[in-house]
Amino acid sequence: MQQEILLDGMECVYQKPATLTDDYLHYCPGCGHAVAHKILMEVVQEMDIQEDIVGVAPVGCSVFAYNYMNIDMQEAAHGRASAVATGIKRVLPEKYVFSYQGDGDLAAIGTAETIHTVNRGENILIVFINNGIYGMTGGQMAPTSLLGQKTSTSPYGRDVEHNGYPLKITDLVAQLPGAYYVTRQAVHTPNTVRKFKKAVKNAFEYQKLKKGTCFIEVVSNCPSGWKITPKETIQYLEEKMFPFYPLGDLKVPGQSKN
Amino acid sequence: MPTQKSEIRLMKGNEALAEAAIRAGLDAYFGYPITPQSEVLEYLTEQIPKRHGLVLQAESEVASINMVYGAAGAGARVMTSSSSPGISLMQEGISYIAAAELPCLIVNVVRGGPGLGTIQPSQGDYFQATKGGGHGDYRLIVLAPASVQEMCDFVFDAFKLAEKYRTPAMILSDGALGQMMEKVEFPEEGSLPHQVPTWATTGKKGRERNFITSLHIEPEKMEMINLHLQEKYKEIEKNEVRYETFNIDDAEIVLVAFGLPARICQKAMELARDKGIKVGLVRPITLFPFPKKILSDISKKVNNFLVIELNAGQMVEDVMLAANGRCPVHFKGRMGGMIIQPEDILEEIEKIVEQPIMQE
Amino acid sequence: MIKGTVLINSETCKGCELCIVACPQGSLSLSQKINLRGYRYVELSQDNCTGCTNCAIVCPDAAITVYRQSKQQYKKAV
Repeated sequence: MQQEILLDGMECVYQKPATLTDDYLHYCPGCGHAVAHKILMEVVQEMDIQEDIVGVAPVGCSVFAYNYMNIDMQEAAHGRASAVATGIKRVLPEKYVFSYQGDGDLAAIGTAETIHTVNRGENILIVFINNGIYGMTGGQMAPTSLLGQKTSTSPYGRDVEHNGYPLKITDLVAQLPGAYYVTRQAVHTPNTVRKFKKAVKNAFEYQKLKKGTCFIEVVSNCPSGWKITPKETIQYLEEKMFPFYPLGDLKVPGQSKN
Repeated sequence: MPTQKSEIRLMKGNEALAEAAIRAGLDAYFGYPITPQSEVLEYLTEQIPKRHGLVLQAESEVASINMVYGAAGAGARVMTSSSSPGISLMQEGISYIAAAELPCLIVNVVRGGPGLGTIQPSQGDYFQATKGGGHGDYRLIVLAPASVQEMCDFVFDAFKLAEKYRTPAMILSDGALGQMMEKVEFPEEGSLPHQVPTWATTGKKGRERNFITSLHIEPEKMEMINLHLQEKYKEIEKNEVRYETFNIDDAEIVLVAFGLPARICQKAMELARDKGIKVGLVRPITLFPFPKKILSDISKKVNNFLVIELNAGQMVEDVMLAANGRCPVHFKGRMGGMIIQPEDILEEIEKIVEQPIMQE
Repeated sequence: MIKGTVLINSETCKGCELCIVACPQGSLSLSQKINLRGYRYVELSQDNCTGCTNCAIVCPDAAITVYRQSKQQYKKAV
């Protein structure tokens, strides 16, 4: 093959991590979920913790996360991933445990579990994918949908009088003394992905210290739900999502606790 | 860790159940306070830090049952307990646990319903416990204690059965049993060894990865899972039926009752026999699997069944199915936390005996 | 300039074009061909790849493998 000749003498500098399975990802083209999966598994590979980690998948688009992440996993009921992760971590305190949840799962039906898991300072990582919409069920309004955002259940745009405000649950979580590390990241450009990866690495390093919950929000996209192309989601993220959900750390170790 | 020798104590049912759980090698308990079972959580939060295992008060019954799911999936011997409204909240989680085939113990110290109801004893959750409760085709193994001693013994039995069949088991108690004090003999600790199962999610060291799920999106696969579950429930029905009988051989009328009413029925049976009425008693111990066969056999010999429950008539439907029209099945119950008296049962027996036997 | 190249799995690529946006060299473009799942996939269309890995990092489907000259090779070439 022509390309093999071109490769002659070159070294491989980036490849799919072995911690991802070979299953074909069911996600729509350009979906941030798949990037987040890949980066999580890259960190698991680089930290060599594949045999010492248990993940929890939610209900939502990432319900099949366990098909792709080549680690021990459990699939939780809608909204309960952090409770399930609590159960796992409490009986396996020396293992790395994370839950992976979307905005509907974590910030609507699972709000109580989210808040109380963090408030107890469970030594787990919660990865929160916020794309402002219910993807799996077909693009309905999420607790995090922006004001004015058109979804299949807010066809005239999210109206504050009727639907209330989008929920900044990460800001809420950062107020809790049980939270050890809270950060808001994105995965739409090479730079944001690199920062997200660093955050995941930090979170797993912190988990060893047993000092509280690590919480990473990923302000992600949903081309199918937003009804725009993956390329256009970059602009939407930067012009609409980030002004309301600004990227950056909300709480880092060493900062004064509330 | 010093293990506890066998000993006899005077204890509340709820506390006896909690002590038994520790002795049965409980790894983790997750629960939420609700009357009349809060003593379970209280006893464990007092004892476990001094002994072994883990106890965590969750933010809700919903969280409790999902913590149970996580811990059971991680291979721990795990339980929760609650009372009727709390058990209702757990139903989704119980359905997931049954579907994912995770062993665990769920204790329902039943109170009067529906709604917020009352904190007094009831058997109004029989349907919920034995017919599924949550969504989908699944069953729980349901054990119904009738004494504080059985509140202890059935903890061991329930863990054993749950782990043997990889299925959730329930102890269906009631508010009176939970609160009343009786003598109870505890077995020595360590009689029920537990190994982390090979399917548990403990980190994939030295093996292929494990994952626990109840999601099978292809209908072909989901039907296979259902068939597998039904096969398992058939196996349980074949092997694990438990019941007690009293004075069956010469009985003309047979009482059927589970839990505490079975003890009240014993007294009623004595009163009736004193009056020369030949009364027997069947007490189902496992509500699922239900002792169909013995009831079916008895229905060929006796004139009447009289089912006594603390509800509007729930188990009576299963007794009717077992009798299959071979003899009349009568019912007498009290609801809303009221407890039936032996004299009420005797009155009912006398009414039935005085009726002319209907011939077709 | 260090020379690099990419191998793109045309069967797992869904043609989302995020890599095209991420590539600082403009080396990638959407093919006119479609794969078995019906997606037009991305291919390397310019010979100016530096192996910076940006495309692979943003690729949701982990479809891109990146190769680069080693430092020794680069020095030799210079």
